[in-house]
Amino acid sequence: MSVLSDQLVTFSILAYLVAMVVHAVEYALGNARVRVGPPARELVGAGVGAAGGAGSGPEPTVRAATTAQRTAARARAAGLGAVAVTVVAALLHLGALIARGVAADRMPWGNMYEFVLTVSFIGVASWFVVLWKRPTLRRLGLFLTLVMVLLVATAELLLYTPIVPLVPALNSYWFIIHVATIVFSSGIFLLGVVPACAYLMRAGYEQGRRSFPYLLAKRMPAAAALERLTFVLHAFSFPIFTFAVIAGAIWAEAAWGRAWGWDPKETWAFISWVVYAGYLHARATPSVKRNVATWLAVLGFLTVMMNLFGVNIFFEGLHSYGGLD
Amino acid sequence: MTVTDDRPAPPAETPRRRPNRVLALLRNSWRQLTSMRTALVLLFLLAIAAIPGSVLPQRGVNPEDVRDYFVAYPDLAPVLDRLGAFDAFSSVWFSAIYLLLFTSLVGCITPRLRDHVRALRSKPPAAPKRLDRLPQHTVFAVPAGGAPAIAAVLRRHRWRVEVRGDEVSAEKGYLKETGNLLFHASMVVVLIGVALGSWYGWSGNRVLVAGADNAFCNTQQQYAETSFGPQVDGADLPRFCLQLDDFEARFLESNGQPEFFNAKVTVDENGGTPRSAEFSVNSPLRLDGANVYLLGHGYAPVVRYTDRFGRSQTSPNPFLSTGDIGLTGEGLAAFPDANVDPATGERDPELQLAFTGLYLPTAPQEAPFVRSEFPTERNPLLNLVAYRGNLGLDAGIPGSVYELDQRQVDAGRVKEVGTKLLRLGEVWTLDDGTTLEFLGTEPYIVLSVRHDPGSTLLLVSSGTLLLGLMGSLFGRRRRVFFRARPADPADESSTPGSSLVEAGGLPRVDHPGFAEEFTRLVAAVSGAGRRVDPDGQAGARVGAE
Ligand code: HEM
Repeated sequence: MSVLSDQLVTFSILAYLVAMVVHAVEYALGNARVRVGPPARELVGAGVGAAGGAGSGPEPTVRAATTAQRTAARARAAGLGAVAVTVVAALLHLGALIARGVAADRMPWGNMYEFVLTVSFIGVASWFVVLWKRPTLRRLGLFLTLVMVLLVATAELLLYTPIVPLVPALNSYWFIIHVATIVFSSGIFLLGVVPACAYLMRAGYEQGRRSFPYLLAKRMPAAAALERLTFVLHAFSFPIFTFAVIAGAIWAEAAWGRAWGWDPKETWAFISWVVYAGYLHARATPSVKRNVATWLAVLGFLTVMMNLFGVNIFFEGLHSYGGLD
Repeated sequence: MTVTDDRPAPPAETPRRRPNRVLALLRNSWRQLTSMRTALVLLFLLAIAAIPGSVLPQRGVNPEDVRDYFVAYPDLAPVLDRLGAFDAFSSVWFSAIYLLLFTSLVGCITPRLRDHVRALRSKPPAAPKRLDRLPQHTVFAVPAGGAPAIAAVLRRHRWRVEVRGDEVSAEKGYLKETGNLLFHASMVVVLIGVALGSWYGWSGNRVLVAGADNAFCNTQQQYAETSFGPQVDGADLPRFCLQLDDFEARFLESNGQPEFFNAKVTVDENGGTPRSAEFSVNSPLRLDGANVYLLGHGYAPVVRYTDRFGRSQTSPNPFLSTGDIGLTGEGLAAFPDANVDPATGERDPELQLAFTGLYLPTAPQEAPFVRSEFPTERNPLLNLVAYRGNLGLDAGIPGSVYELDQRQVDAGRVKEVGTKLLRLGEVWTLDDGTTLEFLGTEPYIVLSVRHDPGSTLLLVSSGTLLLGLMGSLFGRRRRVFFRARPADPADESSTPGSSLVEAGGLPRVDHPGFAEEFTRLVAAVSGAGRRVDPDGQAGARVGAE
């Protein structure tokens, strides 16, 4: 089981990589301005409905239109293909988590390796929900798959830990409550940083900047839509994260005799919480520019990453169960 | 600073200038703006100020690391210490930031609370003149029952409704502001809870060895380390006594990682009848006025020393864990009352005895015997050094019970008189014929006994904080208006003679689902009445977003 899990992780990295490449193809082909077919909720079933549209007209225009349409149809097919590959990758990813959980006979959140795998899975799973609700944001998949490749590969290459049971301090129902909510909210924050970065690039692009990072956003969805998605994801995740921190404090009271002790993990959770609260404030304040607010969201995610990697690696605290020696 | 928001405007110094509403509005909005900005800046500062506390060792978390830091950076450490860097979370700068933030918070929520209470008690405002200017707008035939019927439907949908003649105004989503205020107010209560805990709370740590002889009662002197809030003194401690009856631990065969702990104790509270209780990691022993937490465990070797006069003393000595997975213990067995002449009662301080060294529950087969291989006692072994001389325990200097006073050794007042590996049941005969016998071990546990009077308040306020947060994030204030209007004779789809109702909707915050809600609401309200939509659309004109 444990071996199976490891293999599935490797395959899922490869599948994310393929999805990323296919998304890049869509990106290269695609021209956001040409809209073909009804903007229906199409997840799979590539390319159907691309035929509708343009009426008759003078010959050359029709030909130009059909060429543009054909390219657009190809781009769309690539995009849907990319989504399909991402689904496969996510299924492999899920399979790896389940196999790991079965092999360890517990939830697969016992050390940093498992933690990163689960967080990234939550990220990709929530991506499908977003895609289902707002199919027009599909091109974000390029960045999302990039993030997935980076995270899962980091987990596999740098954080890999063999399976061991939990230490008694972790053996509590609070383990499930606290860690599940932390994992879940971190996964959504992870997903949230994708539109946040895309927004920052796209907003620059829409203001006429054509230099390096901004140009990448040429074919991204509109800045306003990205910004809105960023907010929705963070507003959804923040209360869950708040709950997770409170649950952690309740657990810490039972396990260590104090609810809050400024252990490095706790300190960085506090920092993340304050930064995200700052983001929500900034966004609710009309005088603060949206891109300043969005930078706060990105900063918030960096603090989450710091807690996930940095604190396990650099500091020693009560939360030292990262599994790295 | 936001606090100024609360202050009434200063009396007009220049009576000539009549109150300019635009100016007042500008000033108010400017204040609002600065206060939110202030809050943002302070939040940001708070996040930054928390970083040193996670990078540098903290006295409150790990005092030994702070000591090590002083040794490693003898020049830098005192400077940092002066800046409060080793007590970062109680330092002046950290406190200043959060106190400012909370002042700003209180200054911010007080006027808003007042406004909100007013809003809750006032009626939804009258409909604007031109409903067709609102983001949502539609027209339909008057339903049977007219305005009161519309109002009834709205009430059923939990809108707050006001009927003025043939005009209906309704508002919903007060929860947003209620939640927001509840959230921010809860934060203040959380801070109060923390303050209560630090003023009125106390805690103490100690080791408790199994057995009736080693029981302790809750007094300040019984703890190796204590931390008392400024409002607490020893007399405030609740009365109870605790005796460890049994301690059970299970470990993984493969790598010795602990898997299960359980401590069985006898508790005697307020002089009542003793009762037995169990507790463990993650499930502390909750007593009246104190909680007892299990922080660690180990073995206390029991040894018998027989002196020159044939008198023996037996003592269990907790050997503290060195932190390895095999539970190697390090400790001291001291006999300051050894070799007292029974005939004269004369004690010779030069003949005090101490044994220090390691206890290995599972000693390896071969030397070096310094690290236990497994946490249970499979091959117990004491690796000891004997010292004789003045241990320095009479000098009035409080010595550790776990370590030999190194100053006495350095000064030559205590001399090493031998080393020995001692297995269970073995007797070690020293150079002067006295003996040490290794009788067995008792388990011990490390306890933290704590009382935090703010904890209930913290729990409740963090619950309301979360509720408020959700209300604040997911609540949406919105208004709808309905007004009868004479039928437009030009409109052919309307039944001649009947009148129409014009409806308008206004989301007061960003609310993408409002159009849909408005459509549904209008459908419900128009009920039997036939819909007449000039645009022929699904109900509403989607407002510019
Ligand atoms: C301890 C410091 C503070 C924290 C952690 C905090 C946290 C938050 C959070 C998480 C929200 C998000 C809820 C939402 O978006 O509706 C919020 C909203 C809000 N906060 Fe604070 N806050 C703090 C201090 C303040 C202060 C000092 C003010 C006044 C200047 C303030 C005014 C507001 C307002 C007006 C909103 C509502 C924004 C909206 O309309 O959505 N907060 N706060």
